[in-house]
Amino acid sequence: MAVRIQPEAFDIGAEIGRLTAGRTEIGAVVTFTGLCRADGETGVISAMELEHFPGMAEEELSRIEAEARARWPLIDSLIVHRYGRLVPGDPIVLVVTLSAHRQAAFEAANFLMDYLKTSAPFWKKEENARGAEWVAAKGSDDEARDRWR
Amino acid sequence: MKVRYFAWVRERVGRAEEEIALPEGVTTVAGVVSFLKSRGPEYEAAFANEKVVRAALDRVHVRPDAALSGAREIAFFPPMTGG
Repeated sequence: MAVRIQPEAFDIGAEIGRLTAGRTEIGAVVTFTGLCRADGETGVISAMELEHFPGMAEEELSRIEAEARARWPLIDSLIVHRYGRLVPGDPIVLVVTLSAHRQAAFEAANFLMDYLKTSAPFWKKEENARGAEWVAAKGSDDEARDRWR
Repeated sequence: MKVRYFAWVRERVGRAEEEIALPEGVTTVAGVVSFLKSRGPEYEAAFANEKVVRAALDRVHVRPDAALSGAREIAFFPPMTGG
């Protein structure tokens, strides 16, 4: 169970290797990777700046992770979220869930992303042809989160 | 009390954080917002649509009616757009 907030990119293969090394009880590993799209929320973008609330970002993600582990029989989990300047194609977020059977890992990864999107203190500012614009939150993200209640 | 601002709330207020002395009688998150709005046009702009701006007390999400109850830090920010 771990949360990392970092400016650097992450290596999915290396993360899975670390999480599974020496363990024989894991039957399922699910990963979700979110990437920076050129077709952004504000138009075609050349880059984005990801601002975060240091301290609260880690704590909020840990709270979300604890909630997932209370709901599903996870053996381990990892959330990595980047901040700073990213360009299209760059990875933004990684969620890894590990369990004995696949359903728990699939559902927990989905849950973690839905909660992360709406409650982890990160904000995207996209650079497009008009300048720099803050991304507005989407109602569909709130709806995705609320289906878990 | 330490007040922190993020994203466009920070840009509109014009600073990332400040220390403010709250008057007697300000006991809730909504009370802090009302007090800040009385401090100048930059705060008026940041909190023009109060329902949109979110708050956290000591790094935990709270609603506008939450009591300050000894919190050391309050933060204001737009709805989150990470992930």
